[in-house]
Amino acid sequence: MKNNKTKGYAGYLYILPWVIGFFTLQLVPLINSFIYSFTSFSILGSPKFIGLENYRKIFTTDTDFLQSLLVTFKYVVMAVPVKLLFALLIALILNQEIKGIGAFRTLYYLPSILGGSVAISVLWKFLFMKDGIVNRFLSLLHLAPHDWLGNPHLAIWTIGLVTVWQFGSSMILFLAGLKQIPKVLYEAAKIDGAGPFRIFWKITLPELTPILLFNLVMQTINAFQDFTPAFIITQGGPMKSTYLYGLMLYDQGFKFFKMGYASALSWILFAIILFFTGLSLKSSSSWVHYGDSI
Amino acid sequence: MNKKTQHSVSAGISYIILVLLALVMIYPLLWMAGGAFKSNNEIFGSMNLLPKKPVFNAFREGWAGSGQVSFGKFILNTFALVVPTVLFTVVSSVLVGYGFARFNFPFKRIIFTIMLSTMMLPATVVIIPRYIFFSKLGWLDTYLPFIVPAALGCYPFFTYLMVQFFRGLPMELDESAEMDGCNSFVILVRILLPLCKSAIFSVVIFQFVWTWNDFFNVLIYISSVIKYPVALGLRLSIDIVASNVHWNSLLALSLVSIIPPVVLFFCAQKYFIEGIATTGMKD
Repeated sequence: MKNNKTKGYAGYLYILPWVIGFFTLQLVPLINSFIYSFTSFSILGSPKFIGLENYRKIFTTDTDFLQSLLVTFKYVVMAVPVKLLFALLIALILNQEIKGIGAFRTLYYLPSILGGSVAISVLWKFLFMKDGIVNRFLSLLHLAPHDWLGNPHLAIWTIGLVTVWQFGSSMILFLAGLKQIPKVLYEAAKIDGAGPFRIFWKITLPELTPILLFNLVMQTINAFQDFTPAFIITQGGPMKSTYLYGLMLYDQGFKFFKMGYASALSWILFAIILFFTGLSLKSSSSWVHYGDSI
Repeated sequence: MNKKTQHSVSAGISYIILVLLALVMIYPLLWMAGGAFKSNNEIFGSMNLLPKKPVFNAFREGWAGSGQVSFGKFILNTFALVVPTVLFTVVSSVLVGYGFARFNFPFKRIIFTIMLSTMMLPATVVIIPRYIFFSKLGWLDTYLPFIVPAALGCYPFFTYLMVQFFRGLPMELDESAEMDGCNSFVILVRILLPLCKSAIFSVVIFQFVWTWNDFFNVLIYISSVIKYPVALGLRLSIDIVASNVHWNSLLALSLVSIIPPVVLFFCAQKYFIEGIATTGMKD
């Protein structure tokens, strides 16, 4: 890297806005929420130190917590892999030399920009209600209708579909990754007589693993915090079967204004997310392939 | 089968899959557009996209909003919230991105790593202290909780996008301008910025769409109806419709609320795709 003498400390001046933002809006709040988590604190009064009481309550008497955690895990474990699988499959198909790729790419990406908007949640309610068009379609195929939003066993999957529907942005990343795989690798494999499945397992998938890791980490972080669809479509119901962690956090913090309790909840979520991110990154050395090819 | 027919068969299968999937994905959106012109009877229990007997009252009725505040006001509010947020995001991400991409200063590596790692910091963990902080500053029920974080570079995704883009521009540009006696700010504004148009455009459209769609933050920060952006206005309409059962007006408003992002997307999709591709790829 070139070291330009005149361009030295001036760099601090340019990054100053971020430095201020980082301290005041990220680092200090992060520390504060940790401190608040040991207090009883409603927005009106000042925080009162109560030690581990919030955490004790959460883990022993708060039945919503366990329910919400369970629902959230179910949601993340379903939505993220299915979404990434779709994204990868469609990227593979689009990566073939066929005409009209641009149009398909555009259409598949469209849901990603509408994503978590209230409008889409409203639409989902219409699609999946008892006399909505999904059941209408099923009856055309002579299949039994379902109560997609009213059945506690189904509702969380219906909400998860909003996320899966937005596979477009991950797909674009996979496509960009596919374009970067050196053609030489494929040519060599063909000369060796490898079939399409072998080529996929031995070349395509390993070369894509860095992008897979990136997608997995970012999508998991986001999915753990999803809010709007569950809030608008089912309000966490029926029987709290879609009571995602974000909804519980909202209720405690902004409905009951228990800021200390909500802070403790947010730190538990943070710990869970850190654990999964760490796990993905740590395990990555055994399954992520970094471009040392050629 | 010879190679050629084999290829065209697999291409045929690919097309069928692609077309079917596109239909499944886009059908709901088209149905929403059609539903805005249907009567209640037709909305429920019909899969048709086009209404048999189109009705045109939905938009007018929905537009009236809460009675006191019209949906048009909600849309104007959204622009008042989104436009400054986007502008400040551009300014901060250009400045900070330039700082990281073109300068060497002590601890740069570690500072840059911290900046990148904040991309993975879950927003929920800082939301309560931020809320309390903004409430102490008297910023609740204003758009400042959106604009100020944008001005202070709290969207590392965009900073990273600009860093990546600046790195792709040849250093010779800076060097020759420096020989002509330009200072670093002049170099940024006169030489580099004109070359950054596409990256800046990516920042603009992403931030526009994200802020436009944002629901959680407006839900906690904005409380008076007169200041509601569309996301909250639409939620209000859900309650109104639950009492007057004009379902088509709810669909009409939903449709109106997604038009700005959709139009932007179709006009600028190239920049969306470039934006994702540059930030997602680590080099």
